[in-house]
Amino acid sequence: MKTKKVAFLSMCIALSMILSYFESLIPPLVAVPGVKVGLPNLVMVFMLYKIGPFETATVSIIRVILVGMLFGSPLSMIYSLAGAALSLLGMILLKKTGLFAPITVSVAGGILHNIGQIVTACIVMSTSQIAYYLPVLLITGTVAGVIIGYVAGLILKRLDKMKL
Amino acid sequence: MKKRDIILIASILIVAAALFLVVELTKKDGAGVVVKVDGKEVAQYSLSENATYELNGGTNILVIEDGKAYLSDANCPDKLCVHQGKISRTGEVITCLPNKLTVTVFGAQESIDLVS
Repeated sequence: MKTKKVAFLSMCIALSMILSYFESLIPPLVAVPGVKVGLPNLVMVFMLYKIGPFETATVSIIRVILVGMLFGSPLSMIYSLAGAALSLLGMILLKKTGLFAPITVSVAGGILHNIGQIVTACIVMSTSQIAYYLPVLLITGTVAGVIIGYVAGLILKRLDKMKL
Repeated sequence: MKKRDIILIASILIVAAALFLVVELTKKDGAGVVVKVDGKEVAQYSLSENATYELNGGTNILVIEDGKAYLSDANCPDKLCVHQGKISRTGEVITCLPNKLTVTVFGAQESIDLVS
């Protein structure tokens, strides 16, 4: 791996960590646990298109572990890992088909993140009642995905000439 | 952004709306609420009598009024559970993540060990 790439990937980890922290400062908009914009996903969508799936997955997992250790708890880390893993898998597969725009890939990431967290919550709290939030989270996940995907599209367009 | 992007996003929203409808239509009037802290059941209250209860040693205040349950106060800063409003139909749930507390409505058939 080139030094330049190492530095760039480190910067991506730092950026996604800052976005995670920044997002935790925003007061919740809707009274449902799990509703958020998913700002770190901006970095992931960008990386998926600009660099590659392997690097994106690595940066995402490292981010979850570091953010969990710094600001979270072991429990919050498990939630984040499940959400991030499912979201990444979906986004990588959808992007690989080559049929969809960044907005759609980001929407898939948003809702799969929520689905992953709900499934984890059902297992952790050993109750299926949390699935009650699923319809609401599908809608907010879609809205968040559209916003993130739109911004990621803008960034990709502006940084089109950047060589890595 | 092409046509198939819009189709995919629209179908996700339709599925979400359909799920929402299914959840709404299968709800029945609840008989009582069960309070769980950290996954363990700590209390059950009937929805038919008006009362105020201190939950979890006073971290959350549960009010039952006219067959509806809501949390009137909590010790956490964001008070998400208070903003979740009133619940009275089966399956509806109020969640307080900081105190690991849930209040869930159950129906008449499920209230096997409810002390009346």
